[in-house]
Order: sequence, then structure tokens, then C-alpha cells
Amino acid sequence: MSKQGYYGDFGGMYIPEILTTTIEELISEFYKAKEDPSFWKEYTDLMSDYSCRPTPLTFAGNLTRHFGGAKIYIKREDLNHTGAHKANNVIGQGLLVKRMGKTRVIAETGAGQHGVATATMAAKFGFECTIYMGEVDVHRQRPNVFWMERLGAKVVPVREGSRILKDAINEALRDWVSNMDTTHYVLGTACGPHPFPEMVSWFQSIIGKEAREQILNIEGKLPSRIYACVGGGSNAMGIFSGFFDDPVDLVGVEAGGLGLDTGHHASRLKSDDASPGVAQGYKTYFLQDSDGQMKETHSVAAGLDYIGVSPILANLKETGRVRFEAATDREVVETLSLTIRKEGLIPALESTHGFVQAFKEAPELPPEDSIIINQSGRGDKDIFTIADAFNDPAWQEFIKTKAEEYNA
Amino acid sequence: MLKKYIEDKRKEKEILLMTHIVIGYPGFEESFNIIKEMVEAGVDLMELQIPFSEPIADGPVILHANQVSLKNGATVEKCLEFAVKVVKSFHIPFLFMSYYNIFFKYGVERFTGKMKECGVKGAIVPDLPLEEGKEYLDAMASWNLAPIFIFSPSTKEERMRKIAAHAQGFIYCVARKGVTGLDTDFSSQLEAYLGKCREVAGLPIALGFGVKEKQDVDFLKNKADIAIIGTQTIRIMDNEGISAVGDFIRGLR
Ligand SMILES: Cc1ncc(COP(=O)(O)O)c(C=O)c1O
Repeated sequence: MSKQGYYGDFGGMYIPEILTTTIEELISEFYKAKEDPSFWKEYTDLMSDYSCRPTPLTFAGNLTRHFGGAKIYIKREDLNHTGAHKANNVIGQGLLVKRMGKTRVIAETGAGQHGVATATMAAKFGFECTIYMGEVDVHRQRPNVFWMERLGAKVVPVREGSRILKDAINEALRDWVSNMDTTHYVLGTACGPHPFPEMVSWFQSIIGKEAREQILNIEGKLPSRIYACVGGGSNAMGIFSGFFDDPVDLVGVEAGGLGLDTGHHASRLKSDDASPGVAQGYKTYFLQDSDGQMKETHSVAAGLDYIGVSPILANLKETGRVRFEAATDREVVETLSLTIRKEGLIPALESTHGFVQAFKEAPELPPEDSIIINQSGRGDKDIFTIADAFNDPAWQEFIKTKAEEYNA
Repeated sequence: MLKKYIEDKRKEKEILLMTHIVIGYPGFEESFNIIKEMVEAGVDLMELQIPFSEPIADGPVILHANQVSLKNGATVEKCLEFAVKVVKSFHIPFLFMSYYNIFFKYGVERFTGKMKECGVKGAIVPDLPLEEGKEYLDAMASWNLAPIFIFSPSTKEERMRKIAAHAQGFIYCVARKGVTGLDTDFSSQLEAYLGKCREVAGLPIALGFGVKEKQDVDFLKNKADIAIIGTQTIRIMDNEGISAVGDFIRGLR
């Protein structure tokens, strides 16, 4: 009885018996690929010709001058095809699906970025595709639903539970236990049962590998700190993993929602509200009550609005290798505004959480230091949410006129 | 011991019936009355599901029941109190069914101690595979409680043997892929699968998922020791009321 996929006390494979054979196959296919250098080459070649890799490391000169501290660099995952780091994971898993000979893919999505990336991959590779998305997220990320459907995916709004990311994961798991012979579940983040945390982190490690080389080329030395937002933890694992063996501070930023003391947030590792538990196939810190029932979470960013967190990050919190912070919805909107104005960059609401903490700390650091922020995705998808946050009257007028056109 | 109870009962009956309820759905009083209906109609053992917010192995009907029960204020403590009352009132074996987080959060050792105190005989935990079950197995053994494990049609024979070596009471054979509440094809393929389960298990075998009428139960005679009826009784109660559940059960054998 050997346990697999543990990081300290966290991780594991808490899965229904019906899935064990499928997951064993996946584990074996994944390790075969991982040990095969030609697989990584096929992967990086495809990522360069289909998804603009390597993504640039942009020096944010205006923001650096504005804060007057460390040099601020931004890793541009927003320039991936489909607009987020999610493409890295999805293309990687797509190649595995081809190797396994399956013909259908399913995925959960919160912000819709992972759903769009999966639907894109399915279109390119010729797979059938179903995306599960909480009804609340369908509403707040409607443009992404439109694109998934145009890409040929079936989007299923999930009306159970709190109708957000965790509920979409449950429904995807229910589909998987019914159709695993033909279907692969493309989990979108470094969570869930083994081998997903390790596998997703491995595909995302392309971010950190590139970033390390790029900063050494530009600066001739390592950065002092790296910032990334943490939903399930895949973009953070991706960039952090390039620097685990270096004397570099790694900072993960969670969704502080309305504030950690309000209870309306999605901070599992920074707040004291989460505790170890087992759900959705793995053991980690969950936002749950004393009975083990999962709580409602809140964030302005759908992609961070989740009860659990990568077991690998939970362990790195315990060992102290990664520091965790939280950014509130309000801080995120302010920081987004500043970043757009100063640099002409439009980070996703999720990514902006990392910017908030970086901007708090940059002024404390000397100008010869550098820091990197992982811009995990672009903010275009958030146009409705951001327009509401800024209370943009011209936008509201446009929406009203548009609605009238449809009514006419 | 659970195994002995099942074997003794099997001498009297061609097939035993195990039914299921979600504790607190639609309310605690109703739950008690459903159990009364079921026991009076002759069920031989029962699963009491402690509701969980993320029941990944359950289909829409049981999922909904979990959510309603929690929304109406079910807690683990109330479920334990309920179990005490049920075990005192009815003289058949009761098992808990729930997801591992309920055990884990309460403390596996402490929770199994409570089970013993309640008089519950064993547990079914669908998201706890053998490999993750060491602490649970040790705790269950220390209280002489039966850990019920699951076989599925995709479980390889070698793995079945490993599981059987740690299981107690009976083996829960899942009839097909998918979640609870969908239809099952009662076919020769299912018969072959049950034959393999029987050969490997060394324990009584129960078949669940999709059992919903007399024809299904008849099919299972001589192939399984226990027919498990889950979702269907919830459907009947939702549509026809609690009193219809007893007649339904009486009509199954
Ligand atoms: C742009 C972007 N960043 C971050 C996340 C959070 O996921 P993770 O923590 O796995 O990177 C999401 C999730 O949807 C996202 O769309």
C-alpha cells in the first residue's frame, strides 16, 4: 500500500475506485513523457510556433521610477495564445491525450481562461470538448463563454453548490468517472489527485526556466523577489520552480476579497481561516468549517475564487520556502488602473493580485535589486467586471444601446 | 460481526436488501420516518449518509439531498445523535456512508470511537482508496468496525485481491462507470463481473448503482448476496411521499 504524490503531508490520491485504473494509466504516460527528452522538445517547439514562446520579460521602467525602489520586470504570460499561462498546461496535456489515444477532453474553468485554452487545444488537435463552468462565473466571464462555444466546445453551466470553480471541478470529476475510456480530464491548475499537481507544475515550469535565463541575461544576477498570484497555484508553481534552488524570495499572493477579517475572501495560506482537509481528490488547506464542509469563497477574480490550493504550495508554506500574502478586491482595482496608465499593460484581475504585493514591497528594496512579477494573463476578458469597478458611464451607455438593438 | 449477520440472513433469504438515506433530507424527523418505513418493509441493512458539501461520487439526486440537508442545518454532531437514536430504535445493522473529509476533520480516531458508541457497524467512504486508508483502517480495526471497500468493473484482479485482504463485512461492487442514480444494464457482462468479484472477495458481495426495480433484484439473486438500493428510494419519496417507500421495498423481493 504505497502512497503516491505527497508533498510533506499534502497531496495524495483520494479518488473513487472506478478512477484508479485511468489515473494509473495517466501516471505512467506522464512519467514516460517526462523522461523522454524528445517530448519536452516537441512541447517547446509547439509552444513557440503556436503560442509565442518564449514570452518576453518586460522591464517596467515607468513603474520602477514611480516606486523608486527595485527594478520591476514583468513576465508576459498574457502574450500566450488565448491570453494566459493556461495554454502551457493545456497544450502539454493535449500532447499526452494524443499519446493515450483518447478522443474527448473535459475541463473545469473559473475565469474562463482555462476553458478557452482547452477548447482551443481541442479544436487544434481534433478532440471533442466539454467545459464545466459555475453559473456565477458564466455570468461574470461571458466573453470567454462566447469564445469557447465558437471554438466548438459545449459549455455546461453548473448550478450546484456555490456555482463557482469548485462546483465546476466536481461536475468535471462526475463526467470523468462516467466517460474515462474515451475522455481525459484536463485539470487546469496544480491541484486535484496525483499526478495533476506534479504534471501541471511541470508543464508550467517553462515559465520559470525562461524567466531565470532572461533575468540573468539582462541583469547579470538573480532577482531578489518573485511575485505571482495564487488560485490553484499553477502560474505560481510555474515561475517559482525556476528559482527553488536560488537565494530568491518567492511570494504567492492570494485573493483577499473584501478583506481577510471579513470572511469574504479566498485566502487559504495567508489567512487563519483555512485548515487541512481532503476534497476533490487531494489533501491540502481548504476553506472549510469545523465539520469539514466547504465554505463560500469570494474574490473579484473568478480564477482565484477557490476553496483549495496546490498541495505543493501548501507544503512550501509549511517549510517556509514560499511566503504568502493577500490582496483585496479594492487594492486590485486600484493597482490595475495604475498599471494600465503607467505601462500600457492590462493584466488580468487574477494576475493583478501579484502586482499589488510587488508594489507594496518594491520601494523598500534598493535600486540595484530587481523583482519579477508574473503577469499570468491579460485583462481583456474582465472588461465587464472592470467597467463596473470603474463605474464607467460611457460603457454603461454603450451596453444599454446594444441591448436596445437586440430588443428592436 | 457484520459478515456473520449477512451469512446467517442469507440462509433465510435468497437476497438481502440494503437501502440508503441522506441524514437530514428533507429533515431529521422525515429521515427517521423513512428508516422506520424501510425497516418495517424488511430491509436487512442500511447506509446512513452523512452529508458533505462536495460529494463527487454522487449523481444529481443524492447531491441535491446532501445540499438540502446541509442547508437545513445538518451537522456531524446532529448526525451522530441521530444515529444513536436510530440504532436504539431498529434492530438491523447500520453503516455510515460519507466522504473522507468528514472523518478526517473530526479526527479519524475520535470519529470511529463515536461510531462505536453510536452502535454503527461499519462505514463506506467512496473517496478513500486503500492506499490512503492506513489511519482509517487501523482506527476501524481498533474498534472492531467494518471498513467496507469498493470494487469497480475497471478494478484489476490483482488490486481486487489487495483490497479484499483489508475489507471487512462485505464488498461493495459498483455495477458500472459513473455516479449514483444513472441506469445500469443488467447484462451477462455484469454477471461475469459479479462472478469475478465473488471469486476474489472471500466476503459476501453487494451490488449497487442503478438497482431500482424487482427485475433488477431478481437478476441479482444467486449472483450477489445484497442488492443496494440508493437513489430510487429518494426519487420515490420526493415524488410520492414517505409512505410509498415501504410499498416500494416490499415489491422488490
Ligand atoms: C489569468 C489567470 N491567472 C491566474 C489564475 C489562477 O490559477 P493558478 O493559480 O493555477 O495560476 C487564473 C485562473 O483561471 C487565470 O485565468
